[in-house]
Amino acid sequence: MAKQVRAIVIAGNGTNCEREVAHACKLAGADVADIVHVAELLAGRVRLDDYHFLNLAGGFLDGDDLGSAKAGANRLAHAAVQGSKDTLSDQLQRFIADGKLIMGVCNGFQLMVKMGLLPAIDGDYRSQLTTLTFNDGGRFEDRWCALKVDKDSPCVFTRGLDSLYLPVRHGEGKFVADQTVLDAIENRHLAVVSYCDPDTLEPTMDYPLNPNGSLAAIAGVCDETGRLFGLMPHPEAYVHRTHHPRWTREELPEEGMGLWLYQNAVQFIREEL
Amino acid sequence: MAWRIVVGLKDGVRDARGERVRREIREHLGIDLQSVRTIDVYTVDAELSDAEVEAAAAGPFSDPVIQQVTVNQPLAHDFDVLVEVGFRPGVTDNVGRTAREAIQYQTGREFADGEGVYTSVQYLLSGDLTVENAERITRDFLANGLIQRWTIVSRDQFDPEQGVPVSVPKVTSLAPPEVKTVDLEVSDDALMEISRQGMLALNLEEMQKIRDHYRDQKVRAARQQVGLPLLPTDGELEALAQSWSEHCKHKIFAAKIEYEDEQGNRETIDSLFKSYIMQVTADVRKKMGEKDICLSVFKDNAGVITFTDDWSLVFKVETHNSPSALDPYGGALTGIVGVNRDPFGTGMGARLMFNTDVFCFASPFTTEELPPRLLHPRRIFDGVVEGVEHGGNKSGVPTVNGSIVFDERFAGKPLVYCGTGAIMPRDLNGQPGHEKKALVGDRIIMTGGRIGKDGIHGATFSSEELHEGSPVTAVQIGDPITQRRMFDFLLIARDRGLYNAITDNGAGGLSSSVGEMSEDTGGFEMHLDRAPLKYSGLQPWEILISEAQERMTLAVPPNKLDEFMALANDMGVEATDLGQFTDSGYFHCLYNGEHVTYLPMEFVHEGVPQLVLPAKWTPPQLVEPDFEPPANLDGVLCELLGQLNICSKESVVRRYDHEVQAATVIKPLVGVANDGPSDAAVVRPLFDSFEGVVVSHGINPRYSDLDAYHMMANAIDEGLRNYVAVGGDIEHVAGLDNFCWCDPVESPKTPDGAYKAAQLVRANKALYDYCLAFNVPLISGKDSMKNDYMVGDTKISIPPTVLFSVIGRIDDVRQAVSMDAKRSGDLVYLLGITRDELGGSEYFALRDELGSRVPQVDAEVALARYRVVNSAQKQELLASCHDLSDGGLGVALAETAFAGGFGMQVDLNKVPKDAAMREDRLLFSESASRLLVTVRPQHQAQFEALFAGQDFACIGQVTEATELVVTGQQGRQLVNSSIDTLKEAWQSPLREL
Repeated sequence: MAKQVRAIVIAGNGTNCEREVAHACKLAGADVADIVHVAELLAGRVRLDDYHFLNLAGGFLDGDDLGSAKAGANRLAHAAVQGSKDTLSDQLQRFIADGKLIMGVCNGFQLMVKMGLLPAIDGDYRSQLTTLTFNDGGRFEDRWCALKVDKDSPCVFTRGLDSLYLPVRHGEGKFVADQTVLDAIENRHLAVVSYCDPDTLEPTMDYPLNPNGSLAAIAGVCDETGRLFGLMPHPEAYVHRTHHPRWTREELPEEGMGLWLYQNAVQFIREEL
Repeated sequence: MAWRIVVGLKDGVRDARGERVRREIREHLGIDLQSVRTIDVYTVDAELSDAEVEAAAAGPFSDPVIQQVTVNQPLAHDFDVLVEVGFRPGVTDNVGRTAREAIQYQTGREFADGEGVYTSVQYLLSGDLTVENAERITRDFLANGLIQRWTIVSRDQFDPEQGVPVSVPKVTSLAPPEVKTVDLEVSDDALMEISRQGMLALNLEEMQKIRDHYRDQKVRAARQQVGLPLLPTDGELEALAQSWSEHCKHKIFAAKIEYEDEQGNRETIDSLFKSYIMQVTADVRKKMGEKDICLSVFKDNAGVITFTDDWSLVFKVETHNSPSALDPYGGALTGIVGVNRDPFGTGMGARLMFNTDVFCFASPFTTEELPPRLLHPRRIFDGVVEGVEHGGNKSGVPTVNGSIVFDERFAGKPLVYCGTGAIMPRDLNGQPGHEKKALVGDRIIMTGGRIGKDGIHGATFSSEELHEGSPVTAVQIGDPITQRRMFDFLLIARDRGLYNAITDNGAGGLSSSVGEMSEDTGGFEMHLDRAPLKYSGLQPWEILISEAQERMTLAVPPNKLDEFMALANDMGVEATDLGQFTDSGYFHCLYNGEHVTYLPMEFVHEGVPQLVLPAKWTPPQLVEPDFEPPANLDGVLCELLGQLNICSKESVVRRYDHEVQAATVIKPLVGVANDGPSDAAVVRPLFDSFEGVVVSHGINPRYSDLDAYHMMANAIDEGLRNYVAVGGDIEHVAGLDNFCWCDPVESPKTPDGAYKAAQLVRANKALYDYCLAFNVPLISGKDSMKNDYMVGDTKISIPPTVLFSVIGRIDDVRQAVSMDAKRSGDLVYLLGITRDELGGSEYFALRDELGSRVPQVDAEVALARYRVVNSAQKQELLASCHDLSDGGLGVALAETAFAGGFGMQVDLNKVPKDAAMREDRLLFSESASRLLVTVRPQHQAQFEALFAGQDFACIGQVTEATELVVTGQQGRQLVNSSIDTLKEAWQSPLREL
């Protein structure tokens, strides 16, 4: 059992949500939730090995200029660490091999997908099999969405959850993969969360319930261990009832639904790492 | 050599961007194409191997799941016309910059000077179209000729082997750098010609004053001693033109104004800024005594007020009108990214917390022919909205408040107001966070982006009307990511105490930033040859005044220099030592040891002569319209809800991230379906506290047509009313004034200058009167005084417009109130009195009438009301609270009802009024200071006791039945509409934009 739950949030080059992600980790009970600029990692002053829970936060890495997170993925893939033979990519692969947790939100999810960390079918964490591309509407949108959780998913972050209500804030959130990969994702229950009708909890392709036209209404996926998870909606944006767009008119619990994902992560680390 | 990396979607993959372009071509130009597909092209001009280029193409440049990529081979096929659009040389190409960095990461080698990656987009147009049609599509929609260039190829002309030929938009070196002198010992006409030719925007008196300076024997002696020519250098003239520009020196607000009112009373006003704006702030601060909230006003890039014991609030609103008229996307993007630097460069620096945006446009549906050089309002709308979207979203700053105001005169110049709020530590390393001072010997450090020709003459350009020769270089494109990296670095440098002062490089570039900072020490010495350039070939004076974006200037003490530079290097941010702050008394710039400027500081900063302006107030002849009241008001209400100034702006709001940073507690869209119009935003910036920031605004340009005094008064009241509606504390609030005027200087071009100047005086008088009455200090502001279009004989002047922005505090965000009705059975109250004040109203505008009775604000009564509203909010007695503005009570009732998903039964007879009034007027009057609230029945007694003695009444009830029913005399139904009908009328006009 981990004595201390140590979370890290990588910042820099266009991340925007690092502060609220670190706050969510702390609220969820992480003993440490460090915001670390990527320069610190590249300088070798901070190592991923010293953490249990890696957070890749939302934002616009390198402006998403070559497609969402593409330039960021390239940067990480080629990033050398000063004073070490390891590259950052080596540290990351070791982090995964150690069974530690990674959650990517929005741009962080795009980054994981473009690096090949998700869905990592058959444990291949280096090949990009799926993508996140321009919303069918062709525009950035900020709106809250209902999400159905696949209860048969191995995802450790969503244990015990049925549904979520979270905001999406992206222009490139449409999940795309070829049929073979999609089948593998569905068959292995890796499509952890899907955009759904809030009344029926049925996944939907109807705009705006499905805000971007994602295939199979996929909003987030995990790897087969369930320890790597990425999603377009922002759980860190709903950790308190006043985050909810209708908190002035609905009776809501003090804690927001997004916090549950972080609580599950912290609990998992305490119990199993 | 140069390669073309061509990236397209695989067959069968949906091209959302192409579909959007096709849709917009149809909407903008009425040309219905069969399809539009898009292809990205990267032109790589660098020493690389074929293998390295192939690796880049297959790696960061393309997505293996959905894209295909080739090198030096076209992908285009099956089209009728191909249009490739790329940037002109020297225009900021953000994607090209990222592409270059990506290759550098892959190869591990830096690009050499002059090497680069340039992006372009191919649009494959299919359908029934000619090359002429394609040219129109390109010129009027796909590209902006000021910053972009294009190639159009028809299917027959296209070479399937070669594709579009390689073309590298590289800036080729121009004349070698040199310092030139300018002879001012010439005729007055020739002086003015020098000013015009050089885009100096200096008037004759100013040119003469400069000429006389160089005649001064002491000046001549000093120049000879240093080894300078006796004639002014080009750098000196340019530096003076920047410093003395209307944009930087606010010459109209500083002018001596001879004002005459309608009675013939005359008075001389020595500076509107000092007499009204600064004066009212000083008077309010004195009046507030210990409750004064101001920390830093008018002296820095933004204003600073108190917030909590440990934190202060910083706020600034800017305009970026002229650039947005020329290049709506780049202009607006630069507007938002630029105003971000103002709070960041205030005091020792602040963390950005929110953005606000207010736009004034002509109707995007205008079908009238436009005069030359004006872009269609639809294009301005789309470009500005997208520019702010990219600027705000990529910077990670939520856009929490804004509005869009429509008037046909904004076709002449759109107004693009961008604001940024920020938070700074009250104390930083033992010093107040809002103070800073450069010291003698401190190094002049420029950090962030590099300098190019972009934005040269921005400050002088915006000090003129838009004309035929408006310069291309005035247009810039912001780069939010370079700025974000710089901010990340500077916040760390701030907390480590690595600098003494910071300011941004905005208008006037280094000339302004270093010039202003050096007022702390009394001089500086700067070496322009050391400044990092985007490309070679800039003249020294261009380096001095370039407004290239994303740069801050700092004063770094020599003993912190190494640590500062090492941190910059670690974090991948460029920082350059350009010289030092001195006490020499001189504005001293050099280039490779040669003197570029040697100007006495006091001449630069105090030398500008004071303008003298006549102002004569002749009240316009106004007529109250006389028409029969409509038999049924349902139709009128729907029409009003669909007016551009009233209808839903959801399609724009959703494109702005309004909740990044997880602090937005009252969002722009509220209610049962998350689509009702919020009055103001509430932000909770500290994770460990429920103390919140409230931000709102008021803007009423239409009232200027009646009397700019009341335009101003209503803008202030509207801003405060919105602020109070959500729970803002009326005792802890500050204002910012942003004046956008049409040229008020009488001249042959502006024969009605004295009237426009009188409007300006009257707006300032109201600003003084009402801020004093409401106890609202002004903490910052800006003016933009030349919002006219003039080509040939055609002149379009905007209506005088003031945006009054409001910032303040709420003790506990959990007590914030939204505008949507909450449950059936709640009582509906109207607070405030309704008068027959429909002058400038939306109701009259429906009939193309202006009317004569502009709403008047009674600040004393309003303030008493707002205080009690605050008490009611603290006791949690208000279920909802919504301000009455455009469209009056009728619109407020409809919005409250449909946002809540309930109906309402309202008796118009109960509305408090000062005299008998026609029912249509009662329902649509825009009298100020009114709020519509809903209250749970069990709170009725407590609520009514609080408001005892004030004008208010219970006018109805929220109902489960989803109709809005308004009855009048003898119970006659005036309105009976389903809320779905009303909502549809309100949502449909701009839904698809």
